[in-house]
Amino acid sequence: MTRISVTVDGTKYEDDVEPRLLLVHYLRDRLGLTGTPVGCDTSNCGACTVDLDGATAKSCSVLAVQADGSEVTTVQGLAVNGEWHPLQKAFHERHALQCGYCTPGMIMAARGLLRENPAPSADDVRHALEGNLCRCTGYQNIVRAVLDAAGATEPSAQEVAP
Amino acid sequence: MSERTGEREVGRSRPRKEDARLVTGQTTWTDNIGVTGLLHLAILRSPMAHARIERVDVTPALERPGVVAAFTGRDFAELASLPCAWPVTEDIVLPGHPAVAVDEVRYAGDPVAVVVARDRYTAADALEAVEVDYEPLPPVLDLEAALANDASLVHADKGTNRCFVWPLATGERYETVRERADVVLRRRYHQQRLIPNAMEPRSVVVTPLATSGEYTVYSATQIPHVLRVMLAMVTGVPEHKLRVVAPDVGGGFGSKLQVYGEEVIALDLARRLGRPVKWTESRSEGYLATHHGRGQIQDIEVAATREGRLLGLKVDLLADMGAYLMLVTPGIPILGAFMYPAIYKMDAYDFTCTGVFTTRTPTDAYRGAGRPEATYAIERIMDELAVEVGLDPVELRRRNWIGHEEFPYTSISGLTYDSGNYEAATDKALALFGYDELRAEQAKRNESGDSVRLGIGVSTYTEMCGLAPSRVLRDLRYAAGGWEAASIRMLPTGKVEVVTGTSPHGQGHETCWSQIAADVLGVPFEDVEVVHGDTRSAPQGMDTYGSRSLVVGGAAVHHAAEKVVDKARKVAAHLLEADERDLEFTDGVFSVKGSPEERRTIQEVAFETFSSHDLPDGMEPTINAEHLLDPENFSYPHGTHLCAVEIDTETGRTSIRSYVCVDDVGKVINPVIVEGQVHGGLAQGIAQALYEEAVYDDEGNLVSGTMADYLVPGAPDLPEFTTDRTETPATSNPLGVKGVGEAGTIASTPAVVNAIVDALRPLGVHDVRMPCSPGRVWEALRSAQSDRSGWEGAERS
Amino acid sequence: MIPPAFEYTRPRSVEDAVRTLADAGEDAKVLAGGQSLLPLLRMRLAFPELVVDVGRIPGLRGVREEGEALVIGALTTHHDVIADPLVRRHAGLLAAAAATVADPAIRHRGTLGGSLAHADPGGDLPAVALALDAELVAVGPEGQRVVPAGEFFVDFLQTALRPDELLVEVRVPKTGESDGWGFHYEKFSRVAQAWAMVGVAALVRREDGHIAEARIGLTNMGSTPLRASAAEEALAGADPDGVARAAQSAAEGTRPAAEPGVSAEYRAQLARVLTRRSVLAAAGMG
Repeated sequence: MTRISVTVDGTKYEDDVEPRLLLVHYLRDRLGLTGTPVGCDTSNCGACTVDLDGATAKSCSVLAVQADGSEVTTVQGLAVNGEWHPLQKAFHERHALQCGYCTPGMIMAARGLLRENPAPSADDVRHALEGNLCRCTGYQNIVRAVLDAAGATEPSAQEVAP
Repeated sequence: MSERTGEREVGRSRPRKEDARLVTGQTTWTDNIGVTGLLHLAILRSPMAHARIERVDVTPALERPGVVAAFTGRDFAELASLPCAWPVTEDIVLPGHPAVAVDEVRYAGDPVAVVVARDRYTAADALEAVEVDYEPLPPVLDLEAALANDASLVHADKGTNRCFVWPLATGERYETVRERADVVLRRRYHQQRLIPNAMEPRSVVVTPLATSGEYTVYSATQIPHVLRVMLAMVTGVPEHKLRVVAPDVGGGFGSKLQVYGEEVIALDLARRLGRPVKWTESRSEGYLATHHGRGQIQDIEVAATREGRLLGLKVDLLADMGAYLMLVTPGIPILGAFMYPAIYKMDAYDFTCTGVFTTRTPTDAYRGAGRPEATYAIERIMDELAVEVGLDPVELRRRNWIGHEEFPYTSISGLTYDSGNYEAATDKALALFGYDELRAEQAKRNESGDSVRLGIGVSTYTEMCGLAPSRVLRDLRYAAGGWEAASIRMLPTGKVEVVTGTSPHGQGHETCWSQIAADVLGVPFEDVEVVHGDTRSAPQGMDTYGSRSLVVGGAAVHHAAEKVVDKARKVAAHLLEADERDLEFTDGVFSVKGSPEERRTIQEVAFETFSSHDLPDGMEPTINAEHLLDPENFSYPHGTHLCAVEIDTETGRTSIRSYVCVDDVGKVINPVIVEGQVHGGLAQGIAQALYEEAVYDDEGNLVSGTMADYLVPGAPDLPEFTTDRTETPATSNPLGVKGVGEAGTIASTPAVVNAIVDALRPLGVHDVRMPCSPGRVWEALRSAQSDRSGWEGAERS
Repeated sequence: MIPPAFEYTRPRSVEDAVRTLADAGEDAKVLAGGQSLLPLLRMRLAFPELVVDVGRIPGLRGVREEGEALVIGALTTHHDVIADPLVRRHAGLLAAAAATVADPAIRHRGTLGGSLAHADPGGDLPAVALALDAELVAVGPEGQRVVPAGEFFVDFLQTALRPDELLVEVRVPKTGESDGWGFHYEKFSRVAQAWAMVGVAALVRREDGHIAEARIGLTNMGSTPLRASAAEEALAGADPDGVARAAQSAAEGTRPAAEPGVSAEYRAQLARVLTRRSVLAAAGMG
């Protein structure tokens, strides 16, 4: 067992974990943060994408011990005081999800793109999402949603706090 | 109390109600469910395609800390065989299918042992301690060789690998028609095996409740109602002690239209251990354990006149069943049997399907289920016929299709197409696509010897969906009916619960059923809650598959809502002291003709009914209503899809330059949801044409056994689609709707491959086997031009 | 999906890591970004007794100039390699190829050193290291040694690194555009996120409208990354037509594997076509 300290969606956790425990299983099975799903075992599908210290990561390809001391943001941590993130709104308005299983990872990956490239082209969006597979939408509405959300401001606690 | 604004809900692109939980990570996937004392199952699977099990010893696994129990196939001897509900012929060979193999494994992935442990990591470790000795048996992989007299047998006790032979001959004798034909073309097409790849892996959780002896089965399934019946029959747990819940389900595409061994095992072990249990597949495990789709060899022959008029069609189909018959395995190719004649008129049709056992994962429904295969074969050979008689492929289709004035039309295979307009959809698609301009560009590029070739493919499809009239299912020997149930509860405060027997997993039923009910009842969209996917709260249903939910289930909601209004009208008339016939009902308000101030809202009626202080004499104190709808016909969406591809002849790579589809799915409840269904359907159909294949090696191992090897296309691998619609209402349901879930998949595969072959035909290529990978395209070019010396790809301009 | 159990240690220095590796022998695996190792562990294709997480050792991340070379820390992520101004100026081929590795999330975690030490012939960066004539710097119990890229890749997933050695940095001779160098990485894969079916890394120096020197690295044309030596020789002095002729020998001396749907002949064809395209693009002749 190895002692780790991780902040997830703003809450600090300390736990003893087996070194082999995958970050995604730590989130799901230990912390009960089941908003981040598992879709494959080869790092291909991207459903488990989270933000790890400011950069996207596939949480099935990171050991929980590697996240020791880190800050993790999951799809469950995006809304602030109930206000959805612009990507969450855009996915809803553009019908960019059907079954929704890929959606948490899609949104986190798209968020990573917009942080680095606030005004992407449709082609940029497609390439930035190449590691996130969707089986329902054919991607077209996902691309539309990300383009819609580009330029919108992320909510922050300061802005929406009364 | 809220009232309606008057705008109709049906036809509006309402953003979905479902999304709130999905975009925020509040979803309840089955694997999210955790309860105190939960045990985890892991399943040891055969690494061999075919072998005798000499010995299985689970005791070393039991010695591991945290392992609660372990079982072999013999421990499940009291369970009945996993069910096949569609024995397509009277003399079908129907082998028993144990949830865990006992003496013999028949495909790589066949379960051999089950361990139960305190957590998923311990369970996975324990599998490695189980000892198994296998005596290898010959794999059975080739469909034709499997039918030879001396073939090795998948089920030795059955004496044959031939599962069934299912014939259909209609119209004139095909041989007679063939004799008077000017042109006879015969082709062989291969439908590769596909892996459905719903993004949510399968998962099942079973919780026993000791106080009542009841079990709750949570499963990532498309069919909670069918599953409940089948689990009761297989395990002997009485049906009234079983509750089946399909929580949020992350896609299915047919792969969760199944009664799986893992569901049976989980229920049985929860019963035996008295503890809640969970099993969740990993993706790679699912590639072996979740049923596959397609897997057919199609010999198709058309007989036609010199002018390109079809006279007859003959199809001989070999269908790969895999090792066992699962829920509807044998019925899948039979669903296709009726679709080979497609939208065309002809005098004779002769079809035979032979089901064949192989030592591979069983096949079963995958998006389109039989109909994509049929559409592919007929649309491919129509293109070949066009070349043969020297016609443009669109013109050839015009000469053969059913004219819009001919509906209703009984097809040669016996289906009654109730409505359609193939001319309208085709004309619209051609205009959007710029067909003539692209043909001109193609000619120019062919002439210049461009190394990047342009190809144009067309597919004018129809399909049968909205499964299905129960009597038709009876005639096809399917065990269940095809009805759907809906009930509507008007709550005292005027809110509405719509209970549906359909079981959505991405389709948006909560939104669309709300739109349907809101319009009929005249209540706000927001005031409707749709209840589904739980046999306790939605006890009756036939679930979701075969593009049936809207056509049957949505129509049932419409009927049930009309019954509510009829009952409410009686109450309103009584309260208003008016004759029912003098009441108008608009936007949720009953009013007396000529005295609009004399009014009651349907919400007020709901409360009056709740209090029941002043109801008509003899009236039951409820305006709730239920409707079970057995459809009178299938629905027949149709459309025209056009694809332009560019092929780099040096590398063989195909790029889709444009894709236009005009679909006619009748009336539309929610346009944006319909468009989404089309997009997703196209993606899967294109994926079959270009990317995906479950590849087996000569020993019967699944080579494309992980998501890194099986190529599910990503965002850069698919084009931007241009979608449009024509609207010819269906006549067999009150909404005028047709199914849309499978249409895109059915139509798109032949459009893409026709485009590829169209591009390569001037270079001597007449077919490319799917998936048309760059390597396959290049090899096809190479063998077509092997006579020419120094071939290194097409000459560059 | 579930990795086998292992012991875990997180050394604080290179010396610490090397000592740990020396003590553990063959049973240890080095974990850097984990983007190659984690998939192997999850599929239970690797069973290390000890995982040595070098990910936080200070000083192994980042890029610096040392005379005519760039020195890139082994732990520098693909993402940082792509964005680094020195790499972009002096080793553009590396940045271009790193941008094609897997997908953005994996590029955030995966490291240059990890990719090279994993030595998958289908990986994009080993062939690039060959084309760049990079030198790989390893530290072991006896101290530091420098291995030329041409001697580093020994066989499928095997390198010249000894079990007790740690790859600490990669030295790349500058090949800046101001010195007449042009570059291109041409990757051919079936779907966007798939591994390269074949990749061609081209680095060319131009003089007076023709090619003075060309270095070609081939991805996935054998059990190790390879140089297309025959094509390189034929490219010296080539004009655009000469490039097309020279590219015909790109597959000489390679041993591409066949797999379902991909014959060895097809891979050879890709090597020839992609070499022509890659060199023309690198030389600005496309």
